[in-house]
Amino acid sequence: MTAKVLVSFHLNGTPADVVVEPRELLIHTLREKCQHTGPHIGCETSHCGACTVDMNGMSVKSCTVLTVQAEGAQVLTVEGLAALAQDGAALHALQEGFAQEHALQCGFCTPGMLMRGYRLLQENPDPSEAEIRYWLAGNLCRCTGYQNIVKAVQYAARKLRGEAVETSHPLLPAAAEQPA
Amino acid sequence: MIPRPFEYHRPASLPEALAMLSQYGDDARVLAGGHSLLPMMKLRFASPGHLVDLGRLDELRGIREEAGEIRIGAMTTEHDLIDSALLQQKCPLIVEGARQISDPQVRYLGTIGGDIAHGDPGNDHPALMLALDATFVVAGSGAERTIPADAFFLGTYETALAPGEILREIRIPVPPPGTGYSYAKLKRKTGDFATAATAVVLRLSGGTVSHVRIALTNVAPTSFRATEAEQALQGKTPDAAAIDDAVARAMARCAPSEDLRGDAAYKTAMAGEMTRRALLAAQARTA
Amino acid sequence: MGTMQADQERLAALEGMGCSRKRREDPRFLQGKGNYVDDIHLPGMLFGAMVRSPYAHARITRIDTSRALALPGVRAVLTAEDLKPLKLHWMPTLAGDVQAVLADGKVSFQNQEVAYVVADDRYIAADGAELVEVEYEELPALVDPLRALEADAPVVRTDIEGKLTGAHGARSHPNHIFRWDIGDKDKTDRAFDGADVTVVQDIVYPRVHPCPLETCGCVASYDKVRGDLTVWITSQAPHVVRTVVGLLSSIPESKIRIVSPDIGGGFGNKVGVYPGYVTSIVASIVLGRPVKWIESRSENLSTTAFARDYYMRGELAATPDGLVKALRVHVTADHGAFDACADPTKWPAGMFHVCTGSYQIPNAYVAVDGVYTNKFPGGVAYRCSFRVTEAVYLIERMMDVLALRLGIDKTELRLRNFIRKEQFPYTSPLGLEYDSGDYEPALRKVLAAVDYPALLAEQKARRANADEEWLMGIGVCTFTEIVGAGPSKMCDILGIGMFDSCEIRVHPDGSAIARMGTITQGQGHQTTYAQIIASEAGIPASQIAVEEGDTSTAPYGLGTYGSRSTPVAGAAVARASRKIREKARRIAAHLMEVSPDDVEFDLDRFVLKGSPDQSKTVKEVAWAAYNNVPPGEEMGLEAVDYYDPPNFTFPFGAYLCVVDVNRYTGESKVRRFYALDDCGTRINPMIIEGQVHGGLTEGFAVAMGQQMPYDESGNLLGATLLDYFVPTAVETPHWETDYTVTPSPHHPIGAKGVAESPHVGSIPCFTSAVVDAFAHLGVTHMTMPHTSFHVWQQCQALGLTRGTTGATP
Repeated sequence: MTAKVLVSFHLNGTPADVVVEPRELLIHTLREKCQHTGPHIGCETSHCGACTVDMNGMSVKSCTVLTVQAEGAQVLTVEGLAALAQDGAALHALQEGFAQEHALQCGFCTPGMLMRGYRLLQENPDPSEAEIRYWLAGNLCRCTGYQNIVKAVQYAARKLRGEAVETSHPLLPAAAEQPA
Repeated sequence: MIPRPFEYHRPASLPEALAMLSQYGDDARVLAGGHSLLPMMKLRFASPGHLVDLGRLDELRGIREEAGEIRIGAMTTEHDLIDSALLQQKCPLIVEGARQISDPQVRYLGTIGGDIAHGDPGNDHPALMLALDATFVVAGSGAERTIPADAFFLGTYETALAPGEILREIRIPVPPPGTGYSYAKLKRKTGDFATAATAVVLRLSGGTVSHVRIALTNVAPTSFRATEAEQALQGKTPDAAAIDDAVARAMARCAPSEDLRGDAAYKTAMAGEMTRRALLAAQARTA
Repeated sequence: MGTMQADQERLAALEGMGCSRKRREDPRFLQGKGNYVDDIHLPGMLFGAMVRSPYAHARITRIDTSRALALPGVRAVLTAEDLKPLKLHWMPTLAGDVQAVLADGKVSFQNQEVAYVVADDRYIAADGAELVEVEYEELPALVDPLRALEADAPVVRTDIEGKLTGAHGARSHPNHIFRWDIGDKDKTDRAFDGADVTVVQDIVYPRVHPCPLETCGCVASYDKVRGDLTVWITSQAPHVVRTVVGLLSSIPESKIRIVSPDIGGGFGNKVGVYPGYVTSIVASIVLGRPVKWIESRSENLSTTAFARDYYMRGELAATPDGLVKALRVHVTADHGAFDACADPTKWPAGMFHVCTGSYQIPNAYVAVDGVYTNKFPGGVAYRCSFRVTEAVYLIERMMDVLALRLGIDKTELRLRNFIRKEQFPYTSPLGLEYDSGDYEPALRKVLAAVDYPALLAEQKARRANADEEWLMGIGVCTFTEIVGAGPSKMCDILGIGMFDSCEIRVHPDGSAIARMGTITQGQGHQTTYAQIIASEAGIPASQIAVEEGDTSTAPYGLGTYGSRSTPVAGAAVARASRKIREKARRIAAHLMEVSPDDVEFDLDRFVLKGSPDQSKTVKEVAWAAYNNVPPGEEMGLEAVDYYDPPNFTFPFGAYLCVVDVNRYTGESKVRRFYALDDCGTRINPMIIEGQVHGGLTEGFAVAMGQQMPYDESGNLLGATLLDYFVPTAVETPHWETDYTVTPSPHHPIGAKGVAESPHVGSIPCFTSAVVDAFAHLGVTHMTMPHTSFHVWQQCQALGLTRGTTGATP
């Protein structure tokens, strides 16, 4: 057993101090020591992206980051996303978009998808569909087939740009479509 | 999923990093972006006793133009390569190549130096570097030395880096205006290593080839320049017959390993297809 | 108009069936507040790691756990020797076989469980697992199921070698599991003997894996003082798990609580009981502390319920104008080293006998031989509806093969052979009574939507151009699914009939709680079940709490897989709701001092017939239920329903795919995919569309890239996400969805279930399209997956590529 190290970073804006072996992975620290079980583990080969968090302004797979590398870092997880909502809304535009566009089913990929979507829109506020798919290629989903996730990101992009939004899934069909 | 235990060091300067490598010898590995090394350590295929994290070495980051060269710090991430206005304008092959590496998250942390120094025949930057006539500035306990790219890649996981040396900087002669380029990569899905990939740099003069580099990824124990193909094209009009001939010569140099991406016949054929695509795309991009 | 608007508002407030109600599940998932098994932390919890065999077939000569036990923080190391006194080193499977929990002297598949290390945390457990020393004597491995019954084949199951009968009858060979057949063999053979046209095709449905994003795991917590066992577990069937655990442990079910919390995708991967669950339970009982086990992705891909691995030979007999007269099928089914298939007990090939498909085929005979090999156990999984993926693949491929033989357009051939609407209910020659269907309008709607004639014209033009780089293929699939297992006289799991259940309790304020015996893994049950109750009992869906998955509170059910939730539990929900409604009617009438026959139910209230201004809302009735009920009526407002379905349901669909194949690289691009599904009554269109997208995407993955190849020593190649093809947003095509509605006549709300249809139907459709790209060159079938490599090999064989010098032909 190697000597443990004190690592200090910021987690969703709050200081976090943890004592870890150098080999401890950030995903385990977040989920176990910091009790933030939003980011998930879906593989061990750095492919699935379910562990994606935002670290120092970058989307990173926290399963491929040592906690010791996060010394002094600003880490955002899905638990802190709502606090970043504009205009005092209860949820971030992305979270709202995912709900409106049915962009989640089992929910397991969702935290990673949201945090990736967050950084994507920070860097590209008006992405095309092809760009959204390309910039989400590090996040796997087995349930949705991605089509509604794309729509959700587009919904959020419009909202963040201050444009009007609509959902693809109105609660009730328009009156004109109702049978007589 | 869990690496074996190790000691972690985070030097504040390059000399400090080199001293640590010297001190710990074979038992130390450099940690750059970590996205080649950490996955291997998590599967316990690698277990260095000491990791020397280059993360604090800002002197190893950055992209600038100097003395007719583009100089890229080894710790520059793929994301920063893609984002670089300088590269987009003056060396777009690197941008096109970096965009086809792995996925967005990996690109935020993965570094060009790590991609080059790892010696993995599946990595993409080696072929790009060969095609761009890059040289590598290597720091060690003695004086710095420069190694041309085509003397750097010796075999699978084998480079010209001596023990204790760190790749510091990549230097690329600024391609003259009118240089055509392309990196054509065939992969099973986005994020995969290449089934086959080819980097081409091409210049024409009066309709004939004045300069050409053709470098292939993942179809041999290491990335390589298809020099016979280059020589065959030099001075020729790149018409269909000349392209066919170059492609055949590039394919003749392939010695791919067989895996779930394909057998040797398929991979060699795909090396041909990617070489063809890259030559045609590069040609279309020449001024 | 005022009344219509008021009605619209009441409808909107109810959020009942037919509307795209937003999901009740979403708020917690969107905030990272889901409660998956690995999120559970209990005081004193330990962590387990499995030691697994690197060999596919070997004797274990020595296990030394001493170094592992000496590692500080390791609390226990279990081997078969430790489980023997408890008789738990073997466990019964759902298919009537036994499976080793920890290998007893021998391993029979690569990565089989050998020892279980329990430690203070997952890091120490991983280190401890590495320190367990196991010595093996390698044995030759049996990898090819088609050689399993040869005289000199290695014997996989020496533990049952002498047994001449298994759970499903006689065994012809030590590697033989069962022979199951159905249909009239003689009549079918005669039909073939006298046929004008016969076609035969060998069709392999390769082994694949459902790969849900969350792997399997559990937290087992035994309280020594109370004698209670609680297990949080990734299970699609928590009640069945409770019964099984009770049988294995002799702890009464009243002292066992199984909780399936949030589950990150199931797809049939989370139905069975895995050794890691058993060892965790044992460890918890022995150590008196909670034990968590979470498998890795490679463990998941290489040891848990795989799907398919069916080697089929299909034959059709037909008239010269394409009327199919007979179907004959033989299947060799590779079940791996243990038969752990989750099938209804009587049907070891699941519902494979739906393989006469959407067609009126008068004669059919099917025989399936299950065999053991040195591969991991399973077979029924991955959105398959119990082998329906295999059945539909078989018949749809055969129809395409027949169409090519006869030179008849494959959509025309299907139209000629469809079961007609007037023929329903239709009993197939393999004994299944299809409840309803209307296939022709569905197919015609699809063909019109894509302008099929224009596609054919384009294809013809491209084929006429010798320089054309892209080969265009048009694929079709018209499938009939069979889901909703099932009537207890036909379907049981371990002797428990495959009914399902619902209980509803309405509170004094008119809100309600409802629980079912199913368990959602992303299908949105918390949202959709409430919609059924809203429509049937007049309570707004937003005021209905839906719970599943805790065996201490939920009524007994058989779980969620095989698209059975809507057909079975959904029926129970509707019937329980109607019981609520009927009691509410009696209370409302009592409050209005009229007879119950004088009031009618109107959305959310009971209205006096002829006097619409006199009514009592369901909310008012709920309050009254707790203080003012008719004489002879009990207080309260609740109902329970256990529903034993009279039949399966038969969703169906028509899919069309356009694919462009590059002749030089073998790359395929899906240009268009049009999916029309008929699942009967549509409870939530938004959720249906989501299920279709997901099933199509998983189908795309199976058809175009997923595989689990073995080498001749039984090494599984590529059991990580590097090689196992899970498409990203970049590869995944755009999906177009459509629908028709043909309600199930026997289901209380006419609903059929939908979630597996897109998977069942898309996979043959992709194959149909890729093969069609080469059909004009004589290709009749290609084996999946249609990777660039495999497709290129087909191009190479046809002389379409640039050959060994890379020169353009």
